[in-house]
Amino acid sequence: MLVGASTVLAAEDLTVELGGLPVLRGVAISVRAGEAVALLGGNGSGKSTLVRTLLGLLPHQRGTVQLFGSPLRDFRSWSRIGYVPQRSAALFGGSKVKEVVAAGRLARRRLFRPLSRTDRVAVREAIAHVGLSEQLNADIARLSGGQQQRVLIARALAAEPDLLVLDEPTSGVDLEHQRVLADVLGGLLTAGASALVVLHDVGPLGALIDRAVVLSDGRVVHDGPPGDLGQHRRRLGGHEHLDHGEGTAPDHDEHERLLGGAVEP
Amino acid sequence: MIEILSYPFMQRALIAALLTGLIAPAIGTYVVQRRLSLLGDGLGHVALAGVGLALLTGTAPIPLAVVACIVGAVVVEILRQRGKASGDVGLAVLFYGGLAAGVFLSGISGVGAGGLAQYLFGSLTTVTPDDLILIGLLAVVILVITLGLAPQLYAVSTDEEFARTQGLRVRLYHIAVVSLAAVTVALAMRTVGLLLVSALMVVPVAAARNLVRGFTSGLGCAIAIGVATAVGGAAASFYVNAAPGAFIVLLAIAVFVLSWPLSYLIRQRRAAAVLPELVDDDELVAAHTVTESHPHRHAPGCGHQPVQHGDHTDFIHEGHRHAAHADHYDEH
Repeated sequence: MLVGASTVLAAEDLTVELGGLPVLRGVAISVRAGEAVALLGGNGSGKSTLVRTLLGLLPHQRGTVQLFGSPLRDFRSWSRIGYVPQRSAALFGGSKVKEVVAAGRLARRRLFRPLSRTDRVAVREAIAHVGLSEQLNADIARLSGGQQQRVLIARALAAEPDLLVLDEPTSGVDLEHQRVLADVLGGLLTAGASALVVLHDVGPLGALIDRAVVLSDGRVVHDGPPGDLGQHRRRLGGHEHLDHGEGTAPDHDEHERLLGGAVEP
Repeated sequence: MIEILSYPFMQRALIAALLTGLIAPAIGTYVVQRRLSLLGDGLGHVALAGVGLALLTGTAPIPLAVVACIVGAVVVEILRQRGKASGDVGLAVLFYGGLAAGVFLSGISGVGAGGLAQYLFGSLTTVTPDDLILIGLLAVVILVITLGLAPQLYAVSTDEEFARTQGLRVRLYHIAVVSLAAVTVALAMRTVGLLLVSALMVVPVAAARNLVRGFTSGLGCAIAIGVATAVGGAAASFYVNAAPGAFIVLLAIAVFVLSWPLSYLIRQRRAAAVLPELVDDDELVAAHTVTESHPHRHAPGCGHQPVQHGDHTDFIHEGHRHAAHADHYDEH
């Protein structure tokens, strides 16, 4: 793999164990500048573990990660990355929408300085992007699940990042707002940003995806144009049956949906 | 009110109460946000080890309690970060170890466990000028950090992983929060006492959450409630000859209890407003918020919906209300 200025994210031979169990087994993945990469795979295939490892949120036992050409350990330009975690873990109790989104500006702010005018504008624009301007001062706990997801997306957008890393951004978001999200993402990609998107199923974001990486049981089993997924599906079909005993492989129906194929049942 | 100000010991008591009322909710806001509401209680036990050591060595108790508390808090936090504090057993051992050490040390110092009572329940009127200087200095440190680093501390205590992707050194911030909580506990042992300080860190924060919306408003409101109840309780206890620590905490709990019907009334008022979702901030004190450069002039029929607001007309503008004020628009 060529690692140069045009590669915004590159990982080689990434191996991660959680609680002694291997979750990722020698994964290689890259995102080039301006590229939108979808990360697909069933429940337990290691998608979230992979993105969290790529951002340094989980330690890896083997392998290398580079962000914008710097080894993860030396990477400091965090404002270039916008991370949308899976909705759940955070304890936002009592926060206003604009307060949550303002946290997306922290990588650009210096200590002991109030929000600048530029920060405020970026926060308002990010909230407007996801269609929540009227909820600027709403208590995030009173919003619907889909609205909360959009708040987390706005928080990542507020950083004005060069690379968006989204962990299932469409889960719990209705179809209409998945399309809104697709428009927002499309606009950022046109402006030169890159994206790594964990998806359960492709949905309205499909048209934006340049390349799909499929994980199964901690290994990359497909890395190529999303159009090739149908062909890959037939090849993968055989493996899946072998893996079923561990309960980590996606079930057949899910795979069907995931790959959007309409071949055999 | 003039009468109690003429006694130097009451002046010191009121200043100490004021400072405690400022710092306990300020740090308590982050402690509550991280769902560590009982941390202060545990640290109070650890502080007793410091007091015991002070009694044994014949030195001032507050500095040693501060040190013991910080050591205890940092140990707890490191255990938690390494995932070793699961099941709370480690915490229990540390906290009761502190309590036992305090009782033991005060015993062999000849003072006896009874000598600890004034630290358990507070002894506001025995605050010395030296105590006050130490409390004042440390209170400034706590306020500068809890208010100055509010955006960072907020991010770290609401969403740790996201904060890390903003380049924040999350572990360092966590250690800072528990250390400042430890200092607060140790300082408050003169005012409300070690057993009750945790209440002043938690109760005003809980009451504020019922009254105002948003983290920043909550922080300000909690501090206001903390100061009002601490100073009010200290002053009132002088007249009714009650224990100030208990009086302060009971007052704070009264505010908390009253905040439930009040929050109901606030919601009712909000529901009665013309456009409930569009009504802007509901901070207790309405701030004078000037809108950023706004070239458009609002007038009836300008395309923005007019709303009668008291003696003037606001215009709904992108989810908030604009009111004409001199040469600019205020956000109402």
